[in-house]
Amino acid sequence: MTINLSPDAVYVPSQDVVAREIEGEIIIVPLAAGIGDMEDELFTLNPTGMVIWQKLDGKKTLRELIEELIHDYDAAPEEIEKDVAGLMTELLKRKILVEASSG
Amino acid sequence: MDKSFHHKKNPYVSRIESSRVPLWLNKRPLLTHLDMEITERCNLNCIHCYINQPAGDEAGRKKELATAAIKAILKDAADLGCLSIRFTGGEPLLREDFEELYIAARKLGMKVILFTNATLLTPRITALFTEIPPLAPIEITLYGMKKKSYETVTRTPGSFEAAWRGIDLVIARKLPFAVKSALLPPCLDEIGEFESWAAGVPTLSDAPSPVLLFNLRGRRDSARKNAAIRKLRLPPEKAVAILARDETAYIANTLAFCSRFTAPPDAGLFRCGAGKGGGAVSADGFFQPCLLLRHPDTLYDLKTGSFNEALTRFFPEARKIKAAHPDYLKRCAHCFLKGLCEQCPARSWMEHGTLDTPVDYLCEFAHAQARRLGLLKENEDAWAVPNWKVRIKGLAFRPGSR
Repeated sequence: MTINLSPDAVYVPSQDVVAREIEGEIIIVPLAAGIGDMEDELFTLNPTGMVIWQKLDGKKTLRELIEELIHDYDAAPEEIEKDVAGLMTELLKRKILVEASSG
Repeated sequence: MDKSFHHKKNPYVSRIESSRVPLWLNKRPLLTHLDMEITERCNLNCIHCYINQPAGDEAGRKKELATAAIKAILKDAADLGCLSIRFTGGEPLLREDFEELYIAARKLGMKVILFTNATLLTPRITALFTEIPPLAPIEITLYGMKKKSYETVTRTPGSFEAAWRGIDLVIARKLPFAVKSALLPPCLDEIGEFESWAAGVPTLSDAPSPVLLFNLRGRRDSARKNAAIRKLRLPPEKAVAILARDETAYIANTLAFCSRFTAPPDAGLFRCGAGKGGGAVSADGFFQPCLLLRHPDTLYDLKTGSFNEALTRFFPEARKIKAAHPDYLKRCAHCFLKGLCEQCPARSWMEHGTLDTPVDYLCEFAHAQARRLGLLKENEDAWAVPNWKVRIKGLAFRPGSR
């Protein structure tokens, strides 16, 4: 499945998942069927993923989100763009993330 | 602020199984799993049940926590990090608000383990489990493969057909489930048939593990029922013979268990995880270290307190209680069969109303297992064996133990 990210789109967590922050970790729990590949499956994010996830406020476009990260962090802009695209693509593929209008 | 951004070590998103331990990379949450006995009432009347009250018991229904109270408990549990809840009873599906409670738990991000006899499963409920999966196998009790044996156990006409209707719905929906049976006299001859059926069901998550040691009434509410339950227990040697019918698997499993847990426990009573990172909420709102332990000294009233206080202060204090019963100090405290023996404060409570009185049947059963494994000779008492470590070591070299 090819995922095309749009810089002007707003991406939000799907209503079919529940995200819980527990002891400094984000645990994403499927609510509806079709999120995980099998039963008894949850998801966690790495520290980069957590930073990005916490900025998904349902208002910022992808472009704005990246700009904010570039402002907040010392990393090279192209590295941040690559990380954001990597995470977003994976979450969209798993239907954990959706475009705001379809959420 | 930590200004580092890119972390190369892990993928952005990792899949984990919720049963994985430890689930958390950092600190373990205060509450990881909760058992919720949402009713003591049941639509069946099983001969061996340690809890059930009649389905229409109005007094029992009035004592039950209201929907809002259970939802508040679920929210409190989630706030402490709980990701796993077991709804049990009685028969949890007797509650008219079951669907509401189930959805509430799932929306809090919890996986839900449902203990049920399957008789009240409906197309509507199984459709709900399909749409919003519990994320854990449904656990179904099944006492007999034939109407006669099943209903001799449940004492409820029509329950056999109802249970199979429920199981068929679960199978048709391809919902993962587990089956719990019991080695009760009416269905002892059906073990083979039961196992053959289980082997042919692809969505059955594990091989069925039958219950052998029937608990007495947790509320200590009926001497008559307790006497009847005692009569259902098999003689220890016979029970062990059934357990060990696949000798190789029996020895391998028992050896794995022994190597982790076999050692004299001294006077410490709580060797299990009861009240550590979890516990059980009774139908009337008491927080117990485990589902079975209702001794007043270990009950915490959630209606006037909090999970936090129970788990950080009340249960840790309760767990410090030492055995004082002379028989326990003479026998159990020095017995190396701890890993084979089900003796625990909950079972002492159910049998004797104390935390530390040895339960003779459990003792005899552990000794019978030890004789079967070659750990003990006839008429030998495990607590009087000085060289028990040598014997455990010897077990590893028995045929079938590798």
